[in-house]
Amino acid sequence: MDLKELYQDIILEHGKSPRNFGKCEGHNHEAKGHNPLCGDQVHVYLKISKNQKVEELTFEGSGCAISIASTSLMTELVKGKSLDTATRIINEFLNMIKSGSEIKTKDLNEDQKTKIMSLSGVKQYPMRVKCATLSWHTLVSAMNGKKKEVNTESLD
Amino acid sequence: MNIENIKSQFPIFSKKINGKPLVYLDSSNSAQKPLSVINRLNDFYKNEFSNIGRSIHSLSVNATNKYDETRMSVKNFINANSKDEIIFTKNATESINLVASTFGQKYIEKGDEILITDLEHHSNYVPWHYLRENKGAVIKFAPINDEGDIIINEFEKLITTKTKIIAITHLSNVTGTIVPVKEIIDIAHKKKIPVLVDGCQSAPHIKIDVKDLDCDFYAISCHKVYGPTGIGILYAKQKWLEKLPPYIGGGGMISEVKKNAISYAPLPEKYEAGTMPTAEVVAFNESIKFMQSIGIENLVNHEQELTNYALEKLKKINSVSIIGDPKNKASVISFTIKGVHPHDIATILDEDGVAIRAGHHCCQILHQRLNLTATARASFGIYNTKEDIDILCKAVENCRKIFDLK
Repeated sequence: MDLKELYQDIILEHGKSPRNFGKCEGHNHEAKGHNPLCGDQVHVYLKISKNQKVEELTFEGSGCAISIASTSLMTELVKGKSLDTATRIINEFLNMIKSGSEIKTKDLNEDQKTKIMSLSGVKQYPMRVKCATLSWHTLVSAMNGKKKEVNTESLD
Repeated sequence: MNIENIKSQFPIFSKKINGKPLVYLDSSNSAQKPLSVINRLNDFYKNEFSNIGRSIHSLSVNATNKYDETRMSVKNFINANSKDEIIFTKNATESINLVASTFGQKYIEKGDEILITDLEHHSNYVPWHYLRENKGAVIKFAPINDEGDIIINEFEKLITTKTKIIAITHLSNVTGTIVPVKEIIDIAHKKKIPVLVDGCQSAPHIKIDVKDLDCDFYAISCHKVYGPTGIGILYAKQKWLEKLPPYIGGGGMISEVKKNAISYAPLPEKYEAGTMPTAEVVAFNESIKFMQSIGIENLVNHEQELTNYALEKLKKINSVSIIGDPKNKASVISFTIKGVHPHDIATILDEDGVAIRAGHHCCQILHQRLNLTATARASFGIYNTKEDIDILCKAVENCRKIFDLK
């Protein structure tokens, strides 16, 4: 294990200055996520257009560098994508964190792939996986219009 | 006192963590075990194992005697009046649940008040919450000041004619506050209110004398006192154990069983239903012997010196804030680093072999009071050295470096 692999510059930078932070105007979907083990909270706001596109994606919340950076990167990578594409990106991300599989989707360009892969070091730290995945599960919940708060302790 | 000699009695310290020597600063969570305790567990299973109190055969007689020897040692260790006042439980959590449940059943009515404090661990809040849910009891929280000390006159003001029981920690697992429980018990007893003391954190770190405190109940987790997991202690004044109903029903806790009537066993068996963790109880005697071989006074002095040394060094590091500054503090230091989340601190420290805890430490009420979501916590045991603190501080500096803090 190497700390530098976990705390890459891009993660530290997004952790310190998250993108798309706050409540977006005109959001029509939202969901909350909570990690009771550490107290991390995330609230995802989503504006889905009539043609099923993620027009806006922002978040509020507090947490560690990994969770804030992961959420910030997620908003950058998913914003502007169709719901189908967003679902593919989310699944690839979750598989990468869980089983270390590569990011293959053609929905992301090389630069975006580098960004998402900056989080791959997390899989070496089992206790931190939930920090990285909470907001992504919360985004799925928001997209599906679920009302119940996402709780890391009830996820598979 | 030679700490290296003491440390060498703990086999875990010969292990490397991430290639580094283990610096174990999570004893408030659970203490490491000396070889004598580990060997006793092993030896009991190998050569002496039998269930207790049920059979006539020699093995059972021996096991029963050994089990009772530990009860006697615990009685002496905390200075109880009688070994009948010592009940073995699963842990301090179960000890508190036992009291909340049986006391609640008998003495709590709708509108009755239970007084606890903002410092309490969830295990000294949730069991009382059941009485709020099921019986309509009211839970009041005595406030603390910013230093982490209980404000005694505010505490006194919260006692009313409806207060039925007071439950307080002896030592906070977050701020390290040593609570003046004797003073609080005096106040409570003048108003004829019984007091339960959560001694989970205090038992391994300060001298416990239940006779001097005059507490009604005292809860201990053995795994924090260099003992095995799976056992705890409830001390209770005999009058309470006689008055209160039994908690768990089953074998071992009965006297006579008929189709239309059941009578219960005398103390302490009345509260020890089913097969108990026999080997663990037997091995816990070695934990007490270990503590006594060091001497409580030596132990307190060593840990106080470590705590002061760590506080002094940590305070000098830019962006580190220590949580609370109580009048009397023991063995627990919670801290934050501005700009680094406690979970990131714990991961970075672990890389250097430094084991701390990060989170709310089962004290969400206290964290809400202090406006914090999480903190990092370093806690000490008898085996820690100043060198451990130096390594901790270096690892904290490394956090600052990684996060590029000025």
